[in-house]
Amino acid sequence: MVTDPVLLQATADLFPNGISRYAVGGLLVGLGTVLIYIGTGIPAGASTFLESTLSYVSDQYRFQQYVGSRDWRLVFTAGIILGGLAFAATFQSGLVTSPLYQPGTTGQLYDIGGVTLWITDVQPWRLFVGGILVGIGTRIGKGCTSGHGVCGVGSASKTSLVGVLTFLTVAIGTAQVVAALGVSP
Amino acid sequence: MSDRHPLFKPLIFVGGIVFGFGLGFSHMARPEVVLNFLQFEDLGLPFVMFGAAIVSGIAFAVMPRLLDRAPLTGDPYERRLKPFDRNVLVGGAVFGVGWGLSGICPGAAYASLGVGNVTILWALAGMFVGAYAQGYWRSRSQARDTAATGTD
Repeated sequence: MVTDPVLLQATADLFPNGISRYAVGGLLVGLGTVLIYIGTGIPAGASTFLESTLSYVSDQYRFQQYVGSRDWRLVFTAGIILGGLAFAATFQSGLVTSPLYQPGTTGQLYDIGGVTLWITDVQPWRLFVGGILVGIGTRIGKGCTSGHGVCGVGSASKTSLVGVLTFLTVAIGTAQVVAALGVSP
Repeated sequence: MSDRHPLFKPLIFVGGIVFGFGLGFSHMARPEVVLNFLQFEDLGLPFVMFGAAIVSGIAFAVMPRLLDRAPLTGDPYERRLKPFDRNVLVGGAVFGVGWGLSGICPGAAYASLGVGNVTILWALAGMFVGAYAQGYWRSRSQARDTAATGTD
Protein backbone atom coordinates (compact mmCIF):
# COMPACT_ATOMS: atom_id res chain seq x y z
CA MET A 1 0.00 0.00 0.00
CA VAL A 2 1.00 3.59 -0.65
CA THR A 3 1.45 5.40 2.67
CA ASP A 4 3.43 8.50 1.71
CA PRO A 5 1.01 11.39 2.50
CA VAL A 6 2.23 13.59 -0.38
CA LEU A 7 1.73 10.76 -2.87
CA LEU A 8 -1.68 9.94 -1.36
CA GLN A 9 -2.78 13.56 -1.74
CA ALA A 10 -1.55 13.67 -5.35
CA THR A 11 -3.47 10.47 -6.13
CA ALA A 12 -6.62 11.88 -4.53
CA ASP A 13 -6.29 15.02 -6.65
CA LEU A 14 -5.81 13.15 -9.91
CA PHE A 15 -8.45 10.52 -9.14
CA PRO A 16 -11.16 12.24 -7.05
CA ASN A 17 -13.50 9.28 -7.72
CA GLY A 18 -10.87 6.57 -7.27
CA ILE A 19 -9.97 4.22 -10.08
CA SER A 20 -12.02 1.11 -9.28
CA ARG A 21 -15.24 2.19 -11.01
CA TYR A 22 -13.23 2.96 -14.14
CA ALA A 23 -11.20 -0.24 -14.07
CA VAL A 24 -14.20 -2.48 -13.29
CA GLY A 25 -16.34 -0.71 -15.91
CA GLY A 26 -13.55 -1.13 -18.45
CA LEU A 27 -13.28 -4.85 -17.68
CA LEU A 28 -17.02 -5.19 -18.28
CA VAL A 29 -16.84 -3.29 -21.58
CA GLY A 30 -14.03 -5.66 -22.55
CA LEU A 31 -16.01 -8.68 -21.37
CA GLY A 32 -19.01 -7.67 -23.53
CA THR A 33 -16.70 -7.36 -26.53
CA VAL A 34 -15.10 -10.72 -25.76
CA LEU A 35 -18.43 -12.56 -25.40
CA ILE A 36 -19.41 -11.44 -28.89
CA TYR A 37 -15.95 -12.19 -30.30
CA ILE A 38 -15.77 -15.72 -28.87
CA GLY A 39 -19.16 -16.65 -30.31
CA THR A 40 -19.00 -14.87 -33.64
CA GLY A 41 -15.41 -13.84 -34.39
CA ILE A 42 -16.64 -10.24 -34.78
CA PRO A 43 -14.62 -7.46 -33.08
CA ALA A 44 -17.65 -5.17 -32.70
CA GLY A 45 -17.45 -1.38 -32.61
CA ALA A 46 -20.32 0.95 -31.77
CA SER A 47 -20.19 3.65 -34.44
CA THR A 48 -20.86 1.57 -37.60
CA PHE A 49 -24.42 1.32 -36.22
CA LEU A 50 -24.96 4.92 -37.33
CA GLU A 51 -24.32 4.10 -41.00
CA SER A 52 -25.79 0.60 -40.99
CA THR A 53 -29.07 1.94 -39.54
CA LEU A 54 -29.17 4.70 -42.19
CA SER A 55 -29.27 1.90 -44.80
CA TYR A 56 -32.92 1.34 -43.78
CA VAL A 57 -33.83 4.81 -45.05
CA SER A 58 -31.22 5.70 -47.68
CA ASP A 59 -30.07 3.99 -50.87
CA GLN A 60 -26.64 5.62 -50.81
CA TYR A 61 -23.84 3.13 -51.44
CA ARG A 62 -21.99 4.12 -48.26
CA PHE A 63 -24.89 2.90 -46.12
CA GLN A 64 -26.00 -0.01 -48.31
CA GLN A 65 -22.59 -1.68 -47.86
CA TYR A 66 -23.66 -2.41 -44.26
CA VAL A 67 -26.99 -4.07 -45.09
CA GLY A 68 -25.59 -7.48 -44.10
CA SER A 69 -24.78 -6.39 -40.55
CA ARG A 70 -27.50 -3.82 -39.88
CA ASP A 71 -29.82 -6.20 -38.03
CA TRP A 72 -27.29 -7.43 -35.47
CA ARG A 73 -25.87 -3.93 -35.02
CA LEU A 74 -29.38 -2.82 -34.05
CA VAL A 75 -29.50 -5.71 -31.54
CA PHE A 76 -26.05 -4.72 -30.18
CA THR A 77 -27.17 -1.12 -29.65
CA ALA A 78 -30.44 -2.23 -28.02
CA GLY A 79 -28.31 -4.34 -25.66
CA ILE A 80 -26.08 -1.38 -24.81
CA ILE A 81 -29.13 0.78 -23.97
CA LEU A 82 -30.61 -1.99 -21.82
CA GLY A 83 -27.22 -2.50 -20.12
CA GLY A 84 -27.23 1.20 -19.19
CA LEU A 85 -30.74 0.79 -17.79
CA ALA A 86 -29.67 -2.31 -15.82
CA PHE A 87 -26.88 -0.22 -14.28
CA ALA A 88 -29.40 2.53 -13.46
CA ALA A 89 -31.76 0.05 -11.79
CA THR A 90 -28.99 -1.40 -9.61
CA PHE A 91 -25.95 0.72 -8.70
CA GLN A 92 -27.32 4.11 -9.77
CA SER A 93 -30.49 3.47 -7.74
CA GLY A 94 -28.45 2.39 -4.71
CA LEU A 95 -30.14 -1.02 -4.75
CA VAL A 96 -26.73 -2.61 -5.07
CA THR A 97 -23.65 -1.05 -3.50
CA SER A 98 -20.00 -1.98 -3.64
CA PRO A 99 -16.76 -0.47 -2.32
CA LEU A 100 -15.65 -0.65 -5.97
CA TYR A 101 -18.36 1.81 -7.03
CA GLN A 102 -18.16 5.59 -6.40
CA PRO A 103 -21.50 7.33 -7.20
CA GLY A 104 -20.01 10.78 -8.00
CA THR A 105 -21.82 14.12 -8.12
CA THR A 106 -22.23 15.03 -11.81
CA GLY A 107 -25.54 15.91 -13.47
CA GLN A 108 -29.03 15.49 -11.96
CA LEU A 109 -30.76 12.42 -10.59
CA TYR A 110 -34.50 11.85 -10.97
CA ASP A 111 -36.81 9.01 -10.13
CA ILE A 112 -39.30 7.04 -12.23
CA GLY A 113 -41.04 4.03 -10.72
CA GLY A 114 -38.37 3.46 -8.09
CA VAL A 115 -35.51 3.54 -10.61
CA THR A 116 -33.04 6.38 -10.15
CA LEU A 117 -32.28 7.86 -13.56
CA TRP A 118 -29.67 10.43 -14.47
CA ILE A 119 -29.62 13.43 -16.77
CA THR A 120 -26.72 15.57 -17.94
CA ASP A 121 -26.14 19.27 -17.27
CA VAL A 122 -24.08 19.63 -20.46
CA GLN A 123 -25.83 22.07 -22.79
CA PRO A 124 -27.82 20.58 -25.71
CA TRP A 125 -26.00 22.67 -28.35
CA ARG A 126 -22.66 21.14 -27.30
CA LEU A 127 -24.16 17.65 -27.54
CA PHE A 128 -25.75 18.32 -30.94
CA VAL A 129 -22.82 20.11 -32.62
CA GLY A 130 -20.33 17.70 -31.02
CA GLY A 131 -22.53 14.79 -32.11
CA ILE A 132 -22.46 15.95 -35.74
CA LEU A 133 -18.65 16.04 -35.68
CA VAL A 134 -18.53 12.64 -33.93
CA GLY A 135 -20.80 11.23 -36.66
CA ILE A 136 -18.61 12.60 -39.45
CA GLY A 137 -15.25 11.90 -37.80
CA THR A 138 -15.80 8.34 -36.57
CA ARG A 139 -17.00 7.24 -39.99
CA ILE A 140 -14.25 8.94 -41.99
CA GLY A 141 -11.63 7.90 -39.42
CA LYS A 142 -12.71 4.20 -39.56
CA GLY A 143 -13.67 3.89 -35.92
CA CYS A 144 -14.55 5.33 -32.54
CA THR A 145 -13.53 4.79 -28.91
CA SER A 146 -14.77 1.18 -29.02
CA GLY A 147 -13.73 0.25 -32.57
CA HIS A 148 -10.27 1.84 -32.48
CA GLY A 149 -9.85 2.32 -28.72
CA VAL A 150 -10.93 -1.12 -27.50
CA CYS A 151 -10.90 -3.57 -30.44
CA GLY A 152 -8.15 -1.89 -32.47
CA VAL A 153 -5.80 -1.25 -29.56
CA GLY A 154 -6.55 -4.78 -28.30
CA SER A 155 -5.47 -6.00 -31.74
CA ALA A 156 -2.24 -3.96 -31.46
CA SER A 157 -3.27 -2.29 -34.74
CA LYS A 158 -0.94 0.57 -35.63
CA THR A 159 -3.78 2.28 -37.53
CA SER A 160 -5.93 2.23 -34.38
CA LEU A 161 -3.10 3.38 -32.10
CA VAL A 162 -2.54 6.38 -34.38
CA GLY A 163 -6.31 6.96 -34.55
CA VAL A 164 -6.65 6.91 -30.74
CA LEU A 165 -3.64 9.19 -30.27
CA THR A 166 -5.14 11.62 -32.81
CA PHE A 167 -8.64 11.87 -31.36
CA LEU A 168 -7.43 11.85 -27.75
CA THR A 169 -4.98 14.72 -28.35
CA VAL A 170 -7.45 16.79 -30.34
CA ALA A 171 -10.24 16.14 -27.80
CA ILE A 172 -8.03 17.27 -24.90
CA GLY A 173 -7.11 20.45 -26.80
CA THR A 174 -10.75 21.13 -27.71
CA ALA A 175 -12.09 20.58 -24.19
CA GLN A 176 -9.38 22.82 -22.71
CA VAL A 177 -10.15 25.63 -25.19
CA VAL A 178 -13.92 25.32 -24.67
CA ALA A 179 -13.42 25.45 -20.88
CA ALA A 180 -11.02 28.42 -21.20
CA LEU A 181 -13.68 30.26 -23.21
CA GLY A 182 -15.89 29.95 -20.15
CA VAL A 183 -18.40 27.46 -21.59
CA SER A 184 -19.79 25.43 -18.68
CA PRO A 185 -21.27 22.97 -18.31
CA MET B 1 -27.24 -14.37 -43.67
CA SER B 2 -30.53 -16.25 -43.26
CA ASP B 3 -28.79 -19.42 -42.07
CA ARG B 4 -27.28 -17.75 -39.04
CA HIS B 5 -27.09 -19.75 -35.83
CA PRO B 6 -30.20 -19.21 -33.63
CA LEU B 7 -27.97 -18.04 -30.78
CA PHE B 8 -26.21 -15.38 -32.92
CA LYS B 9 -28.48 -12.46 -32.04
CA PRO B 10 -29.10 -13.50 -28.42
CA LEU B 11 -25.32 -13.55 -27.86
CA ILE B 12 -24.89 -10.12 -29.49
CA PHE B 13 -27.69 -8.87 -27.23
CA VAL B 14 -26.12 -10.26 -24.03
CA GLY B 15 -22.70 -8.91 -25.08
CA GLY B 16 -24.30 -5.50 -25.65
CA ILE B 17 -25.92 -5.56 -22.20
CA VAL B 18 -22.59 -6.30 -20.46
CA PHE B 19 -20.90 -3.65 -22.63
CA GLY B 20 -23.57 -1.04 -21.79
CA PHE B 21 -23.56 -1.93 -18.08
CA GLY B 22 -19.79 -1.35 -18.10
CA LEU B 23 -20.23 2.06 -19.73
CA GLY B 24 -22.78 2.96 -17.03
CA PHE B 25 -20.65 1.63 -14.15
CA SER B 26 -17.55 3.48 -15.39
CA HIS B 27 -19.57 6.72 -15.77
CA MET B 28 -18.50 6.98 -19.43
CA ALA B 29 -22.23 7.38 -20.14
CA ARG B 30 -21.94 10.76 -18.36
CA PRO B 31 -20.47 13.48 -20.63
CA GLU B 32 -19.36 15.45 -17.55
CA VAL B 33 -17.00 12.66 -16.49
CA VAL B 34 -15.41 12.44 -19.96
CA LEU B 35 -15.02 16.25 -20.02
CA ASN B 36 -13.45 16.13 -16.53
CA PHE B 37 -10.85 13.73 -17.90
CA LEU B 38 -10.14 15.88 -20.97
CA GLN B 39 -9.68 18.89 -18.63
CA PHE B 40 -7.33 16.81 -16.40
CA GLU B 41 -9.66 16.97 -13.39
CA ASP B 42 -10.20 13.20 -13.10
CA LEU B 43 -7.79 10.89 -14.89
CA GLY B 44 -9.87 7.71 -14.61
CA LEU B 45 -10.90 7.35 -18.28
CA PRO B 46 -7.77 5.54 -19.56
CA PHE B 47 -8.50 2.74 -17.08
CA VAL B 48 -11.76 2.15 -18.93
CA MET B 49 -10.39 2.23 -22.47
CA PHE B 50 -7.17 0.36 -21.81
CA GLY B 51 -8.80 -2.02 -19.33
CA ALA B 52 -11.28 -2.98 -22.03
CA ALA B 53 -8.53 -3.13 -24.67
CA ILE B 54 -6.43 -5.50 -22.53
CA VAL B 55 -9.36 -7.86 -21.90
CA SER B 56 -10.22 -7.85 -25.62
CA GLY B 57 -6.57 -8.19 -26.59
CA ILE B 58 -6.25 -11.39 -24.55
CA ALA B 59 -9.24 -12.90 -26.39
CA PHE B 60 -7.94 -11.73 -29.79
CA ALA B 61 -4.60 -13.42 -29.05
CA VAL B 62 -5.91 -16.63 -27.46
CA MET B 63 -9.02 -17.56 -29.45
CA PRO B 64 -7.29 -18.23 -32.81
CA ARG B 65 -5.09 -20.78 -31.00
CA LEU B 66 -8.02 -22.53 -29.33
CA LEU B 67 -10.49 -22.79 -32.20
CA ASP B 68 -10.32 -22.66 -35.98
CA ARG B 69 -13.68 -20.99 -36.39
CA ALA B 70 -16.21 -19.09 -34.30
CA PRO B 71 -19.04 -21.51 -33.35
CA LEU B 72 -21.98 -19.22 -34.24
CA THR B 73 -20.77 -17.90 -37.60
CA GLY B 74 -18.11 -20.30 -38.84
CA ASP B 75 -15.87 -17.28 -39.39
CA PRO B 76 -12.15 -17.44 -38.58
CA TYR B 77 -10.92 -15.44 -35.59
CA GLU B 78 -9.18 -12.33 -36.83
CA ARG B 79 -7.84 -9.21 -35.21
CA ARG B 80 -9.26 -5.77 -36.00
CA LEU B 81 -6.69 -4.44 -38.44
CA LYS B 82 -7.62 -1.59 -40.76
CA PRO B 83 -5.40 -0.06 -43.44
CA PHE B 84 -3.81 3.27 -42.56
CA ASP B 85 -4.38 6.31 -44.73
CA ARG B 86 -4.89 10.06 -44.35
CA ASN B 87 -8.56 9.50 -43.44
CA VAL B 88 -7.55 7.99 -40.10
CA LEU B 89 -5.91 11.31 -39.15
CA VAL B 90 -8.57 13.59 -40.68
CA GLY B 91 -11.49 11.58 -39.28
CA GLY B 92 -9.74 11.16 -35.93
CA ALA B 93 -9.22 14.91 -35.66
CA VAL B 94 -12.86 15.70 -36.54
CA PHE B 95 -14.03 13.07 -34.04
CA GLY B 96 -11.65 14.59 -31.47
CA VAL B 97 -13.19 18.05 -31.82
CA GLY B 98 -16.68 16.56 -31.47
CA TRP B 99 -15.73 14.39 -28.48
CA GLY B 100 -13.96 17.30 -26.79
CA LEU B 101 -16.95 19.59 -27.30
CA SER B 102 -19.66 17.14 -26.24
CA GLY B 103 -17.93 14.60 -23.97
CA ILE B 104 -19.78 11.74 -25.66
CA CYS B 105 -18.91 9.01 -28.15
CA PRO B 106 -21.31 6.61 -29.93
CA GLY B 107 -21.30 3.59 -27.57
CA ALA B 108 -21.44 5.80 -24.49
CA ALA B 109 -24.34 7.75 -26.03
CA TYR B 110 -26.44 4.57 -26.39
CA ALA B 111 -25.67 3.62 -22.76
CA SER B 112 -26.40 7.21 -21.68
CA LEU B 113 -29.92 6.88 -23.04
CA GLY B 114 -30.24 3.73 -20.93
CA VAL B 115 -29.23 5.45 -17.68
CA GLY B 116 -32.05 7.95 -18.28
CA ASN B 117 -30.24 10.78 -20.02
CA VAL B 118 -32.90 11.87 -22.53
CA THR B 119 -30.90 15.02 -23.30
CA ILE B 120 -28.38 12.75 -25.07
CA LEU B 121 -30.92 12.44 -27.92
CA TRP B 122 -29.42 15.74 -29.11
CA ALA B 123 -26.05 14.03 -29.48
CA LEU B 124 -27.57 10.95 -31.12
CA ALA B 125 -29.47 13.15 -33.58
CA GLY B 126 -26.22 14.98 -34.33
CA MET B 127 -24.36 11.70 -34.89
CA PHE B 128 -26.94 10.51 -37.41
CA VAL B 129 -26.85 13.89 -39.19
CA GLY B 130 -23.03 13.74 -39.32
CA ALA B 131 -22.91 10.11 -40.45
CA TYR B 132 -25.53 10.86 -43.11
CA ALA B 133 -23.68 13.96 -44.36
CA GLN B 134 -20.35 12.15 -44.82
CA GLY B 135 -22.06 9.08 -46.34
CA TYR B 136 -24.04 11.19 -48.80
CA TRP B 137 -20.96 13.16 -49.81
CA ARG B 138 -18.68 10.12 -50.09
CA SER B 139 -21.25 8.05 -52.01
CA ARG B 140 -21.58 10.88 -54.53
CA SER B 141 -17.85 11.46 -54.93
CA GLN B 142 -17.35 7.71 -55.34
CA ALA B 143 -20.04 7.55 -58.05
CA ARG B 144 -18.39 10.53 -59.77
CA ASP B 145 -14.93 8.88 -59.66
CA THR B 146 -16.33 5.63 -61.05
CA ALA B 147 -18.09 7.51 -63.85
CA ALA B 148 -14.92 9.47 -64.64
CA THR B 149 -12.69 6.41 -64.91
CA GLY B 150 -15.24 4.59 -67.10
CA THR B 151 -16.04 0.92 -66.78
CA ASP B 152 -14.96 -0.39 -63.40
